[in-house]
Amino acid sequence: MQIVKLPKQNLDKFIKSLSKFGQIYAPIKKDANTSLFSKIEDSSQIDLGYNRTLLPPKKYFLPPIDTMFKFSAEAGYEEMEHDLNEKSILLGVHSCDIHGLRILDLVFSGRYVDNYYFTGRKNTSIIGVSCIPDDMCFCRSMGTDFVENGFDLFLSDIDQSYLVRIATSLGDDMVRASQSLFKEVGKEEIEEHKKKSNEMQKHFKIDLELYNLPEILDLEYESKTWEEIGEKCLSCGSCSMVCPTCYCYDVFDELSLDGKTGERKRRWDSCLFKDYALVAGGTNFRSERSARVKNRYFHKHRGFVAQYGKPSCVGCGRCIQSCPAKINIVEVITKIRSDAYV
Amino acid sequence: MYNGNCASHTDNIYQPHLARIVRRLPQIKDHRLFQLRFEDSEIRQNFSYRPGQFVELSIIGTGEAPISISSSPTRPGVIELCVRRIGRMTEALFRLPLNSLVGVRGPYGNGFPLEQMRGNNLLIVAGGLGMAPLRSLLWYALDNRSLFKEVILMFGAKVAEEMLFKYELLTLLDRTDMRCLLTVDKDEEGTWPAQVGVVTKLFDLFEVDPKITYAAVCGPPIMYKFVSKKLLEKKFSKDRILMSLERKMKCGVGKCGHCMIGYKYTCIDGPIFTYWDAINLPEMI
Repeated sequence: MQIVKLPKQNLDKFIKSLSKFGQIYAPIKKDANTSLFSKIEDSSQIDLGYNRTLLPPKKYFLPPIDTMFKFSAEAGYEEMEHDLNEKSILLGVHSCDIHGLRILDLVFSGRYVDNYYFTGRKNTSIIGVSCIPDDMCFCRSMGTDFVENGFDLFLSDIDQSYLVRIATSLGDDMVRASQSLFKEVGKEEIEEHKKKSNEMQKHFKIDLELYNLPEILDLEYESKTWEEIGEKCLSCGSCSMVCPTCYCYDVFDELSLDGKTGERKRRWDSCLFKDYALVAGGTNFRSERSARVKNRYFHKHRGFVAQYGKPSCVGCGRCIQSCPAKINIVEVITKIRSDAYV
Repeated sequence: MYNGNCASHTDNIYQPHLARIVRRLPQIKDHRLFQLRFEDSEIRQNFSYRPGQFVELSIIGTGEAPISISSSPTRPGVIELCVRRIGRMTEALFRLPLNSLVGVRGPYGNGFPLEQMRGNNLLIVAGGLGMAPLRSLLWYALDNRSLFKEVILMFGAKVAEEMLFKYELLTLLDRTDMRCLLTVDKDEEGTWPAQVGVVTKLFDLFEVDPKITYAAVCGPPIMYKFVSKKLLEKKFSKDRILMSLERKMKCGVGKCGHCMIGYKYTCIDGPIFTYWDAINLPEMI
């Protein structure tokens, strides 16, 4: 992979030059504790040293609420016009979130391809940025602390400069459009980058042990631990909303005031909501909170592994940060593992 | 930027196609059989399906729900959906006048593994509304009678007034190329022309070789338990017991997550599961 160097004093100029490749979306600091991916009008707002954003970048490809069709009694359901040529740049995406998008790609492709998702995906370039883990990050456990593909450019911070990996032809176009801002990479910068990568290890405070986890979950299907967590869980769904790999959605028709036309929409749903598995007639396949909590963990670390060969968790720590009941996935899995060892 | 290989798909997988309600046949209380005809002649001609599959039915302005197909692909032109009035969607459907337009997309789900089932005996076991998807398989087998050895239908309802497709099925009692066993739990007036008792009692009335038989089962959750027990007693292998299962399906295409059981989506990996699958997935039956 081609690597060039971008001195930090040139970053702002480079970002400004990117606007001809599309609208920029990047992390901004909303308040002392909150970062958000946001549409960027002024590049000085961008904060590439952020910790984790409240919502992952999935919100741009699977929006919290999205219109699928407009409808009328005569014409039925007609697709909404989407501007297929509108280009965007998602700047400052961490490695875990790039992995998160690649997991969503798996879900929305396959035999049935979801074009609402992929239209945005195909028109959005991804510029990644390296990060320093905090006490809620466990990406190392999930193998998502580094990323080899799924981005156009990736910026790795080496103090005075960024090392820029160029992964696609589009990324190359972006660099070549501002060639004078970039420098060649020297041997000592490569050394510095390797040193930084190694140092990253020291920052991790928690680990989720994946070893043989799918089987252990099967063995502990009846564990009392699920009931304990069910007792704590508030069924608020926050963990699903902030999760970069949760994709469940609900579909509904919204009628206009004329009573004849309207829109079919989809909106984020959570398997923790009580009515998630409720069918007409009143049967609820998961009416117990413990069953819903268990289902969420099983899907991520057992079901998804069976289906796609890897868990649908990237260790971003958002669910730990957002849970009002302080349920911590790393502690839950550790508990389940220790149940297994008794 | 996403550089994957799904760049060429232009079809919207969620697009409902307009279909007209051409007949509404009352069944038992709160159940109706709706005949739908696609407006677009190309879709009408190309819409092929297999027994056990379902469609996503849109009531314009109310929403979308999965409904199993009750007609057989051997009788093209229209599709038939047998619906119980039970929720917001079906209430709206029952209110629609004849000739109204609805949206249909599909067919979805795996359907019955017909290729595997050919050349075998076919034992259809239905309870209550479970006859709705199995009716498709029944008529498929009767219209392709030479594809199967023996065809046996076992269908149970609480009382005669609650037996779906009663008149249609009663005509099968005279057929010599199949066994039609229709039972009601109670027959207080003594007028029921067929069996009386629970559906599992019908197993005592015939012998089939379980090695060359497929059982197709659909009914209320409690029935799966008793019927599978009987079939296992009769030495059926677990993968020769096929069950049509219900979950909350929403998108029909394995995306929205609602019908997930363990690591299977009812909508794309099912709704037809073998008994082996069913007992090996958590919370399945």
